[in-house]
Amino acid sequence: MAKITLQDLAHSYFPNPMEATDFQLKPSINHEWEDGEAYALLGPSGCGKTTLLNIISGLLVPTRGRVLFGERDVTELPTAERNIAQVFQFPVVYDTMSVYDNLAFPLRNNKVAADHVDKRVHEIAQMLDLGAQLDRKARGLTADAKQKISLGRGMVREDVSAILFDEPLTVIDPAMKWELRTQLKELHRQFGHTMIYVTHDQTEALSFADKVVVMLDGEVVQLGTPQELFERPTHTFVGYFIGSPGMNVLPARIEGSSALVGGHEIPLGRSFSAVDGSEAELGVRPEFTRLNSAREGLPVNIRRVEDVGSHKVVRAEFDGRQVNAIVGEDIEIGADMTHVRFDAEAAHVYANGWIVDSDQRRRRAAGGAH
Amino acid sequence: MEKTPNQRAWFMVLPVLILVAMNAVIPLMTVVNYSMQEVFYGTYSFVGPRWYIDVLHSERFHSSLIRQLIFTGTILAIEIPLGIAIALAMPRRGFWASVCLVLMSLPLLIPWNVVGAMWNIFALPDIGLLGYGLNWLGIPYDFTQDPAAAWFTVVLMDVWHWTSLVVLLAYAGLQSIDENYYRAAQIDGASRWAVFWYIQLPKMSHVLTIAVLLRFMDSFMIYTEPFVLTGGGPGNTTTFLAIDLVKTALGEQDLGNAAAVSIVYFLMILLASWLFYTITMQRKSR
Repeated sequence: MAKITLQDLAHSYFPNPMEATDFQLKPSINHEWEDGEAYALLGPSGCGKTTLLNIISGLLVPTRGRVLFGERDVTELPTAERNIAQVFQFPVVYDTMSVYDNLAFPLRNNKVAADHVDKRVHEIAQMLDLGAQLDRKARGLTADAKQKISLGRGMVREDVSAILFDEPLTVIDPAMKWELRTQLKELHRQFGHTMIYVTHDQTEALSFADKVVVMLDGEVVQLGTPQELFERPTHTFVGYFIGSPGMNVLPARIEGSSALVGGHEIPLGRSFSAVDGSEAELGVRPEFTRLNSAREGLPVNIRRVEDVGSHKVVRAEFDGRQVNAIVGEDIEIGADMTHVRFDAEAAHVYANGWIVDSDQRRRRAAGGAH
Repeated sequence: MEKTPNQRAWFMVLPVLILVAMNAVIPLMTVVNYSMQEVFYGTYSFVGPRWYIDVLHSERFHSSLIRQLIFTGTILAIEIPLGIAIALAMPRRGFWASVCLVLMSLPLLIPWNVVGAMWNIFALPDIGLLGYGLNWLGIPYDFTQDPAAAWFTVVLMDVWHWTSLVVLLAYAGLQSIDENYYRAAQIDGASRWAVFWYIQLPKMSHVLTIAVLLRFMDSFMIYTEPFVLTGGGPGNTTTFLAIDLVKTALGEQDLGNAAAVSIVYFLMILLASWLFYTITMQRKSR
């Protein structure tokens, strides 16, 4: 097991990439995957997450940059010499082998002693609830069971540097998804492998990973714990993509320590001299958006209220833009609740999509650097 | 709208019915008819199963059947593995893949009697490149005199002519394998042999079944190429079932006997194909 480092990485499927748009992974990605952590690579389809994963596993050689496992440069090394495991989106099983032989296959290829193979296969089979099917041929099994075998083959080896998952639960039945994800987490806790899990499903990412890497258009836009992604999305895309519903984003003009949204003053409690007096965007999650009858903040038109059981989602509109608020289940939404106000500390300022640090934060960061 | 019963639609299928009848049913029934009769200068007399009993006890039929089985077994044993090997060695995409496919299709496009004529000339010991070349190298070779040389030439010709078919089928089977299988095998540390045995061969099994079936039936009925190449000789050493049948029917005008051979021949192919199909389907559903 080892730390995985990406240095100045970029990748293009064109032989001679010229423009930034030629790159599937834009220059340059610098990133470290700590040993033993569980990561999720989250992003919409086509954002480059699978490309990045294949570069780590060695199925692709990057156009530029290096991949290090520990101190070792593995950029040009083939998959077999990297000592990693990977589970694919669609189940890959060896049809003519029994379930047992499928699970034992990676171990036998690595010349592991027969009694140890037997022990490991039974452990994994029990963990994945495949024990009763060990003697069956893999051919006739359901997609669920086949994908479990794929997962099992990925996890059966103890000495791997990392286990990579490429949207492994896509074909799994929803009820089973939850169970398998829990088992993966349990396996991570037990064996401490570095795990990288690619998905476009935020629930999957947030519930599986210690740290989530959010990608958009071939760039890493944020790396952080689920809490960090929730509390301080560094890009409006992160705010929008993570959360249900996503962050409210409104065009605003920053004036001192407040924002002007359509002529209404929103107090921010801190100043942003980098964008002071210019056009920017204000981002606030629905969880910190307060619907009130005291006529404080922005006047909105409520379009619809969705009661999801644990809370209510209020879908409202301000000046043609959607503004959502989450309110407690016990709160009655009356006709007089016509305004929303935002929690000042949870309101962020964005310029060109990226978050703008407040003056206080920049001073703190500068102070910390000395 | 009221629907009126109208049986006239049946007339629409009449052309097909006539076509099938003319093509298959009537000729077959004619042969069955011949196989039960003695035909002698325009006089017909019913003889029951006599021709069948004759055929099943005939030394001549037995030896051409054995020759046929050895031939079919030999070419299957060569063409199937060779075809798989060539398909595995072919590039999977790009310019050269297309070039290979065209080259592979060429032998299949040549008319069968031309194949026979080509190989006849190619193998002639006095002027043919193969025949003259072998003799020049000091290997005595004359397919018109030596049975072993004749067999070698007939088998080589069939391999040249038909291995392409196995290659194309196997290649199609290989192309349909998802890239992720190879990736997974790479990650599992599988050897080249394991990839072949556990991924490529099982995924090709369906098309290979078809390949074996086609090659079995075609080679079991082989006529044109060996007829043009060796004419069944030297002696009777390359007289396979179809050649023998034509000799009996047309050469010797022994219609009853030939008809009985035809029916037995037909039933053998039918039985073999049915057995093969059933066994494969059973294995698949298991």
